[in-house]
Amino acid sequence: MGEFKVHRVRFFDYMPSAIRAMAFNSRTERLAVARADGALEIFNFADHYFQEKVIPGQDGRAVEALCWVGQRLFSAGLNGEITEYDLENMRPRYTVEAYGGPIWTISSNSQGTLLAVGCEDGTVKMFELLDERIRFQRNLERQKGRIISLSWHPSGTLIAAGMMDMIRIFDAETGHATHRLLVERGAGASKSKEVVVWSIAFLSDHTIVSGDSAGKVQIWDGLTGTLVKTHLVTKWDVLALAVSQDESSLVAGTSEGTVVQFQFIASTVDQQDKEWVRTRTFKNHSHDVRALAHTETAVVSGGMDTQLVVRPLLDKVEKNTQESALRKIAFPHRSLVCCAKKAGLLLFQFPDHLELWRVGESDGLGKPGDSLPVKRNPEKLIQLKRKGEDHICCSALSPCGGWLAYSTVSAVRLYRIQYNNISITKVSKLPKDLRSAHQLCFSSDSSKLFASSSHSSVVIVSLNQLECKHLHTLKPRSGSRQPVHLLFASEDGKWLAAANADCEIHVYNLHKLKLHCTVPVHSSCPTAIAIHPVTSNLVVVHADQQIFEYSLMQKEYTEWSRKLQKQGLHSLWLERDTPVTHISYSPKNPAHIFLHDMFMFCIIDQSLPLPEAKTMLYNQMTLRSLPEPERIRHSHAFKICKNFQHLLCVSLLEDHSLVVVERPLLDIMSQLPAPVRQKKFAT
Amino acid sequence: MVEHGEIRVVHRGGSKLTSRDPVFSSDSRFLLCASGECVKVFSTSTEECIHDLRGHTELVTGVLLRPSNHLQVYSCSADGTVRLWDFTDGILIKTYVIGYPIYSIYASANHEGVIFLVTPAQSDKRSEMFQLVAVQLPQSGDQLVEARELSAVLSDVSSNPAAIVFGRGGEYIASANGLQLEVYFFKKQKAYRFPLKEDNKKGGKNTFMCVACHPKDDCIATGHEDGKIRLWRNFNHKKEYTYSTLHWHHSAVSSLCFTPEGTNLLSGGIESVLVQWRYNQESQRDFLPRLGAAITHIAVSPDGALFCTSHSDNKITIIQSCVKVSAVIQGLVKGESVRTDLMMDPRSKSLVLNGKPGHLQFYSLQRDKLLYNLDIVQQEYIHESGLQQFEVVKAAFNASGNWLATVEERKQKAAELELNLKLWAYDEQTQSFVLNTTISAPHEAQITAMCFCHAADSQTTMLASTSKDGHFKAWQLAAQAHTEDEGPSWSCDFVGAYHDLVPECCCFSADGSLLAVSFQEVVTVWSPASWELLTTLSQPPGAIRDLCFGRLSCSKYLLGTSANNLLCCWNLLTCSLEWSTSMDVSLLLADPLSENMAAFCCQAGCTDLFVFKPSEPRPLFSRKEVCSGKVTRAVFAPREEMLESCEESSQWLNHSQLYFLTQYMDLMTFTTKAEEDRLMASSKQLVIDDSVAMTPFYLLLGKHRQQENQDSLGGMSAERTPLPQGSVAIRELLQTPAHVLPSTSYLCSMFVQSLLISVTDTREENKHTEEEMESEKEEEDSEGEMESSTRPKESLESEATESAAPALTKAQARELRRVKKLDHSWLAGLLDS
Repeated sequence: MGEFKVHRVRFFDYMPSAIRAMAFNSRTERLAVARADGALEIFNFADHYFQEKVIPGQDGRAVEALCWVGQRLFSAGLNGEITEYDLENMRPRYTVEAYGGPIWTISSNSQGTLLAVGCEDGTVKMFELLDERIRFQRNLERQKGRIISLSWHPSGTLIAAGMMDMIRIFDAETGHATHRLLVERGAGASKSKEVVVWSIAFLSDHTIVSGDSAGKVQIWDGLTGTLVKTHLVTKWDVLALAVSQDESSLVAGTSEGTVVQFQFIASTVDQQDKEWVRTRTFKNHSHDVRALAHTETAVVSGGMDTQLVVRPLLDKVEKNTQESALRKIAFPHRSLVCCAKKAGLLLFQFPDHLELWRVGESDGLGKPGDSLPVKRNPEKLIQLKRKGEDHICCSALSPCGGWLAYSTVSAVRLYRIQYNNISITKVSKLPKDLRSAHQLCFSSDSSKLFASSSHSSVVIVSLNQLECKHLHTLKPRSGSRQPVHLLFASEDGKWLAAANADCEIHVYNLHKLKLHCTVPVHSSCPTAIAIHPVTSNLVVVHADQQIFEYSLMQKEYTEWSRKLQKQGLHSLWLERDTPVTHISYSPKNPAHIFLHDMFMFCIIDQSLPLPEAKTMLYNQMTLRSLPEPERIRHSHAFKICKNFQHLLCVSLLEDHSLVVVERPLLDIMSQLPAPVRQKKFAT
Repeated sequence: MVEHGEIRVVHRGGSKLTSRDPVFSSDSRFLLCASGECVKVFSTSTEECIHDLRGHTELVTGVLLRPSNHLQVYSCSADGTVRLWDFTDGILIKTYVIGYPIYSIYASANHEGVIFLVTPAQSDKRSEMFQLVAVQLPQSGDQLVEARELSAVLSDVSSNPAAIVFGRGGEYIASANGLQLEVYFFKKQKAYRFPLKEDNKKGGKNTFMCVACHPKDDCIATGHEDGKIRLWRNFNHKKEYTYSTLHWHHSAVSSLCFTPEGTNLLSGGIESVLVQWRYNQESQRDFLPRLGAAITHIAVSPDGALFCTSHSDNKITIIQSCVKVSAVIQGLVKGESVRTDLMMDPRSKSLVLNGKPGHLQFYSLQRDKLLYNLDIVQQEYIHESGLQQFEVVKAAFNASGNWLATVEERKQKAAELELNLKLWAYDEQTQSFVLNTTISAPHEAQITAMCFCHAADSQTTMLASTSKDGHFKAWQLAAQAHTEDEGPSWSCDFVGAYHDLVPECCCFSADGSLLAVSFQEVVTVWSPASWELLTTLSQPPGAIRDLCFGRLSCSKYLLGTSANNLLCCWNLLTCSLEWSTSMDVSLLLADPLSENMAAFCCQAGCTDLFVFKPSEPRPLFSRKEVCSGKVTRAVFAPREEMLESCEESSQWLNHSQLYFLTQYMDLMTFTTKAEEDRLMASSKQLVIDDSVAMTPFYLLLGKHRQQENQDSLGGMSAERTPLPQGSVAIRELLQTPAHVLPSTSYLCSMFVQSLLISVTDTREENKHTEEEMESEKEEEDSEGEMESSTRPKESLESEATESAAPALTKAQARELRRVKKLDHSWLAGLLDS
């Protein structure tokens, strides 16, 4: 595997934002997740829960509720606006002011014709869905007190609204309230506090399920307006409810971090009349569960502790398959760290600023496993605050370290950095075509900037001391409208590879400034791409953990890639649940490919045989204990190191030392606010 | 156990009440529990034992109400039989011979005439595999029925009776074993298995401990080793089954029970807290804490009014459904070991040994009932493992039972040994022992033995104690010189030592004139009057283990056992060894009422018993393999009434009974055939009118009233001897269980006839023969229970000849009845005062 000097970087204080709302589109199997900073993430559940798109947030936009209508995604927030998103360009398409004060909830009817929002002033406002925009239709009968939660009856004729201390049922046609269901307040000291109906669900059999701040999940008969059953679930709040598509199961998320499942079960085996029975309790969160989604096979939950948890329901999936494993998505599936290989610089991307660090230095020599004395401490060179309201969506640092670029949804900014007495100057005149970018990338000689733009196009800008000039815009032939999320420029400056959300990878010849080839489309989205500096082979890793090597010269898969596909990857490799986010090469040994995901980094030695299905995949420790001749016999192509955990970036510097950027989850946990107090046994 | 003549080793008295879950009768007036080789019927209101259902010859392993008749009960036993009883009268109705040891019994109203038993898997009896079999009970009039048609229902079940339960209406049966729950549906004849992982991520153990089924819903509750309760639903699907988890207990849930309506679930475990969960409102719980000891079983009466919990300290607590304790049935408390010897309290004739921590318990073996606990340590016991607390290690009574000496010790690591010698005087007024003297640190090291001088006539009482500090001390009761107001107290009279050797045991001779103290291999004999060393006896090598003086005619002998497998008998007159024999005696014991001595010998993992007289070379009785393991505690309990056995081998049991504790803390005793027969007969007599529970108060009152009745009647006419009440017909009517009686119309004529006056002259003769017949009938009564249904016919025939009833007009009879009903106790009270 070779020996490396490792820069173990732990000064990236990346802090993910809390999850606020969630909406699952069962037709496209996409989950939209809204975070507290206003960012929106789209996960593709059909493709190994890959984080397909990220729409950066904006100051002052706090998303309180999300709603899918067909392929369209709407959000509403406490700023009183309804926003529709442009998922192709990853930006808000338009916002509509509802004029009802802060909006707490948004919900569409099952026909997809109307959108109802619940406002602070006690109105339920109906918006008509038009092709391009939405139009205010009317108000339902105004109530005293805010509307916290809304749920349409599947028939579209009734709406249930959760309010303070009560639930109202509205007739959607007349707009009048037909029932008023009083929700009991909590016992004891909280008796004087109003109870908030945080979440509500209207089922097709006219059953209404409500979750409230007194910790109750209540089942109501919506026809008569009577309480059927009360389940006291927690001492704190029930914040979220989600019902499965077939209405046989529902889940409730609480402030304690638990998710409680209820099932619609017949009490005796052969009888038909069923009732809601509390069954399982999942505890995968340490803090409030703010958002829940119930897919066909799993419960998806997220909350204050920033992790997205996919908990498969074991009665719905095959046991001991990849689907039956619990998944926790803690980090974004794209890179937030950019490493200038030549200069030994690291660029960290935060939503509202960038940090430029120089890695430390050490001259000591030691045995493998020793920690070396640090000669020069790592140093924060620049902290660059973004301009404007929009959050940073991508950033890049040139390999020489002299250029820095970042983009928001509205603008791209480019900076020139001098290091002798650190100074940063903004390049003022940027070409017009470079308005906004989904991904930025510098060429290896730092003379060009590549920016992915709308419709999978890539803008090339040439950089020099005097001016920045728009060179060319590369467009794929397929006409895909999806954004490019991965860009890679080859070392020799000849090739540029761009991968988009349609799983296409286009390779452009930069000398000729035209499309060289399109890699055969794999069903899963690429998560990392790289071009070999010597052989010009493109290596692609997909969300389903498959690895392909494509020869740009022959325009076909290489021999090694075919062998790998024929033999198949090791099952343990396929079972990993975080995507590979970086690929790099060793200049010393061209047969080595460096990959990493969140929990491990791996060096693939293409000269060694591939692991058999029965051999141990993680065999570094056993190899070390074997004598020399044995070791050769047992070694295989995948050399995996798990010494470093929760990796955000692994990169090889020019001086053949390794930079490992870690962000231990425990550090993130310790920065979270204190969870609700819970009595623990024996304390 | 090997049969030897007629003498058997049996569980009698003090056996475990809590080995199986108790059963409530359907009117919840009685509680039936398996206790040793019999089933005990307790009254739930008075805690009193009403009947012993005797008949099994091995441990009873299950009690079950017969689903089709709520007045009958099945019991199963390791002897391979299932017996059907009438528990209100204590009559054995039928015996079904199964032929395999039975570990538990189940039945359901849905399965008429079928019982389900857990037996060892048939292939080999010794294996740890058990199976659930269904047995079709043959319809037969015989009392002893062979039922050998077994059909296996489930294989590989747990022998724990709590792990199998019938579901709603008997449609399915749920069985948990290890990490698997199995549900078998009878209609579909299909079993579903639900395995769990061995432990979860947090290290909780998922092993199933117990199962309960909801009576109305299809919901199975299972208790687990890590204290969780799972409620399983939808278990008629292989995959879509689901369960919810309740967690309150911190260690294993040992018992679960639904109330009859299914509104509550009761659970209990080692925490000794009864937890009541609302079904479907599981966040609401009620607790009944501080029940004293770990809960092992929970049962609920069929009307749901009473719960009962069995505890690991051999106690059954009866709890009203408002979670209030209403009665406690306490058996003999047995911990892991007995530190004190087994002793007999000379006053109450009760067995005395360690009970609750820091207490001595007084247990009446005759009545099989705990009399009371005496708090020796008088400190709060803290329930926490690893804590060293004061323990009662030695206790001794003097011959009259006036004095009790106890030794308590606490050994903390690093700290010095704390010792207290306490002397308790019996207070006639309070009828209990009162602390007289506390001597703290009576010795510098552990006390090895302690005994009172047994001379009944001696004025001064003396106590000798030996300790590892190399001394033995004699303590004497002396009047306090300086303080007049206090009574006499105990003080040290003499400190003796012998060549710096450690004394091990001490023993006073029967007349109190000699004290023998063993110092390793040397026995020293002292005179307590002058504290003079009279002689030394020694039989090296091997330290002396036990010392015993002979009694009565053999009082000249001193017996000792040594660690070197030697039993020696010294003649104190000649001061020489009379005889010795080589045997590994673990315990030597003298019968206080006869010359007999008992020696328990440990050989190859088994214990043999020899009973002998020191003067005779041949043992009176010997028995190989009394029990497995070593016997270290035994006692001769004097009988209340002597046995008149003339057989040589069982004569030694005439005066007193030998009880011993096995390795597994089972209290066993020896019994003769004759005694057993007598017991069996007495248990079958229909003595108690069960309309009122048999309480001491009732007995007092009832006797009083009977007497009164007799008196008043006797005054009326001396000739009218065969009172209506005393006549056979009336007795038949009153004492035959209601369900075996013929119809009322049939009885009516009989009843009226019995009231008629005969006109024959040969009254005397008739009466005579009648009496004979009656007594015969009495015997029949006790023998044949099953024939009770055919009996009225016979009795009618006998009734026809009966005409001895005196002349009694209707008015007179009515008057008589009225008088009988009247309560005259006030009158009696007036007369008495």
